Amino acid sequence: MDKLNFISRLSKICGANIITDKPLLKVYETDGLTAKKQLPWLVVLPASIEEVQQIVRLCHRFDVPVVARGAGTGLSGGAMPHAEGVLLVLAKLNRVLSVDVDNLSATLEPGVTNLAISEAVKSLGLYYAPDPSSQIACSIGGNVAENSGGVHCLKYGLTVHNVRKLKVVSPAGDLYEVGSEAFDSAGYDLLALLHGSEGMLGIVVEVTVKLLPMPESICVIMAGFASVAGAAAAVTDIIAAGILPAGLEMMDRPAIQAAEAFVKVGYPTGAEALLLCELDGIEAELESQLHSLTRILQENGATSIATAHESEDRERLWLGRKAAFPAIGRIAPDYYCMDGTIPRRHLSRVLDRISSLSEEFSLPVANVFHAGDGNLHPLILYDANKADELQRAEEFGARILELCIEVGGTITGEHGVGIEKIDQMCIQFTTAELSIFHGIKAAFDEKSILNPGKAVPTLHRCAEFGAMHVHAGKEKFPELDRF
Amino acid sequence: MLSNDITESLVEQVSEALGHESPLVIEGGGSKAFYGYPQSADLQRLHTVEHCGVIDYSPDELVIHVRAGTPLSEVKQLVRDNGQMLAFEPPDFGGNATIGGVIASGLSGPRRPYAGAARDFVLGLTLITGAAEVLTFGGQVMKNVAGYDVSRLVTGALGTLGVILDVSLKVLPAPELEVTRTIAVARHEFQALLQSMGRHIPISAAAHEDGYLSIRVSGSEMAVTAALGKLAGEEKENAYWDQLNNLDYFVDASELWRVSVAPGSGAMLEEAALVDWGGGLRWVSEPEVCPRKKLAGEGHATLMKYNARFLDSGLDIFQPLGEPLAGIHQRLKQQFDPAGIFNPGRMYRDF
Repeated sequence: MDKLNFISRLSKICGANIITDKPLLKVYETDGLTAKKQLPWLVVLPASIEEVQQIVRLCHRFDVPVVARGAGTGLSGGAMPHAEGVLLVLAKLNRVLSVDVDNLSATLEPGVTNLAISEAVKSLGLYYAPDPSSQIACSIGGNVAENSGGVHCLKYGLTVHNVRKLKVVSPAGDLYEVGSEAFDSAGYDLLALLHGSEGMLGIVVEVTVKLLPMPESICVIMAGFASVAGAAAAVTDIIAAGILPAGLEMMDRPAIQAAEAFVKVGYPTGAEALLLCELDGIEAELESQLHSLTRILQENGATSIATAHESEDRERLWLGRKAAFPAIGRIAPDYYCMDGTIPRRHLSRVLDRISSLSEEFSLPVANVFHAGDGNLHPLILYDANKADELQRAEEFGARILELCIEVGGTITGEHGVGIEKIDQMCIQFTTAELSIFHGIKAAFDEKSILNPGKAVPTLHRCAEFGAMHVHAGKEKFPELDRF
Repeated sequence: MLSNDITESLVEQVSEALGHESPLVIEGGGSKAFYGYPQSADLQRLHTVEHCGVIDYSPDELVIHVRAGTPLSEVKQLVRDNGQMLAFEPPDFGGNATIGGVIASGLSGPRRPYAGAARDFVLGLTLITGAAEVLTFGGQVMKNVAGYDVSRLVTGALGTLGVILDVSLKVLPAPELEVTRTIAVARHEFQALLQSMGRHIPISAAAHEDGYLSIRVSGSEMAVTAALGKLAGEEKENAYWDQLNNLDYFVDASELWRVSVAPGSGAMLEEAALVDWGGGLRWVSEPEVCPRKKLAGEGHATLMKYNARFLDSGLDIFQPLGEPLAGIHQRLKQQFDPAGIFNPGRMYRDF
């Protein structure tokens, strides 16, 4: 392929919205997973669906890889550029196209930020439920690609539960729709299949989301505990009592202290664990739930309980949790965020094991997690400027993921596989299962031009990783069988 | 409850069918044999009912993991005994529905608009592919984005992608109290009425027929009592929702269409004998013209009851797919079931 010829064809499509200069390309060399860097060959910023179609069609014709990128806040390197490829940045497509109050839905371009959706419909008494921590920056297109969660998943589900319809550009540049404004559609559930597919199957260019009426009443309860086990037991009892909180979050001592030092909202810094529980719904329902919840927290040895009803007070309590990642960023030069999910009954044991791994690797760890649904976010603290610390952090992270698989969980609950967890896919899935994933990819993208090399490892890669892994396993995993 | 693992025997039967390239009709309790294109009596059956039992149920994890042949009625009873429910309220059509069939058909009941569909509650499943391999996707946890979402792809695929062996479902706490009220209101006005109730009434089902809106209110005793105080109308048996879910209303209909549209759509609103899902699901019996002709691109229509002459005339049971969707479907089918042995032509005539 003549590269200059390709660029000239590209500029006929999107004019000046092409970046080819190295210093400017550098802005795009990484997404939220800063440990993985790669300069793209080109960056293009299309301004319409038609431009996306033409760009993708051109890439398809010349076999040029296409990596789609929204806001670039992803945490697994899913939008890490391809050295020979085009980075398709969808940030310019950022309009709220329509809001349908009768059907409680909103149609958005893919670059609209998550928080902007709720803001656009706030005056109508509506909101969009999924709220990943990065919601002020992350885009709805990226949310679909990663099937993002947030702190309200337990009750309101992930992105896949809150999207009705997508407009998608195929690798050949064709535009099509999956899902519908109705509650279901004919044929296979391609809407679900596209969620979390990490830009491997199609380019999402329009998203119709489900909106919810704002609950009549909301309250947030914060409780401190003298032990993680106590907080974990309280979580189990809350669910067992038939209460389904809108949010149920836990933080451990290092995370509590970092958050409090950062935002100063009155978190109990002496506690070993903190629970944040949000209840929402009809006022009468809330009253009875709040009563049982308080009793459960007390029975499980809560050392402090604070309740907030007013919006300002509630936001204050949430602030520390939502700012947990940047708070950790203040106390360590770098941190590495993990995303395993486990059946909740193994919580205490997994945390114990993470703490002994922390000693083994001589790297501190702070834990924040979506306790209600068993989604852990251990944050490994390291200093990239110190020799071998990044490598140790990555090894430590890999061991945590393997631990999650051991107890019947998964390597990623909401951040995606991307490039980061691609080797652990070889542990979670068999060769035949990975082959089906490759088959699905081929059914959508025969030439494999969309985000090649991400999300699903080649069988060759797994064979190499397996050889390495077994070798290392002899020395490093002798105690794993205790789970 | 009976517990029995016949994975080996099922895999063997699939291998044999594969060897002879002879199709298999996957059959659970047979309660939904009427759904989709009829399967010839000459074709060999693969029976799943003996592959049954609860593999794991931890109420405080909100997850139940069951084998495909387990009767739906037993699963419903078990979770009810633990104060929980299958929130998507699958229909059983008065028969011996199994969990495998519930997931393969992907049908959901009156609670669907308020709690979610079958696919929303599927956390993971194991299936036998057309290559006679046993594969597991998803898991027993609430959040899982490792690999493509095969579990949801298989949900509602009518067995065309593989034999479901077992499935993990999210369960939810059952409401303390449910009460149904019926209110006189015209068809074209009931949605405005529903909207005005908005966030103040915890609605879990809403249907309109014969000039009456029926709504079910669910929640804690306090919440339901408070909500009922704000509602007019007469009380009605909750059993109404089961009758509606199982199509008892249309037992004598010779032709029945299931029309799925945006709840606020005007399409087939007046023609429908019954409107469920707060407006989103319209049941049309014996219409003068095919409802698809009136949809004009919005939603889709499925023929749920018919007599054979409909099929002879070339009418499609499921809404036909355009390109590139039809091609994607065929290629996916090819990947999961390359020899085309599972339920051939049950969902679409050409695969």
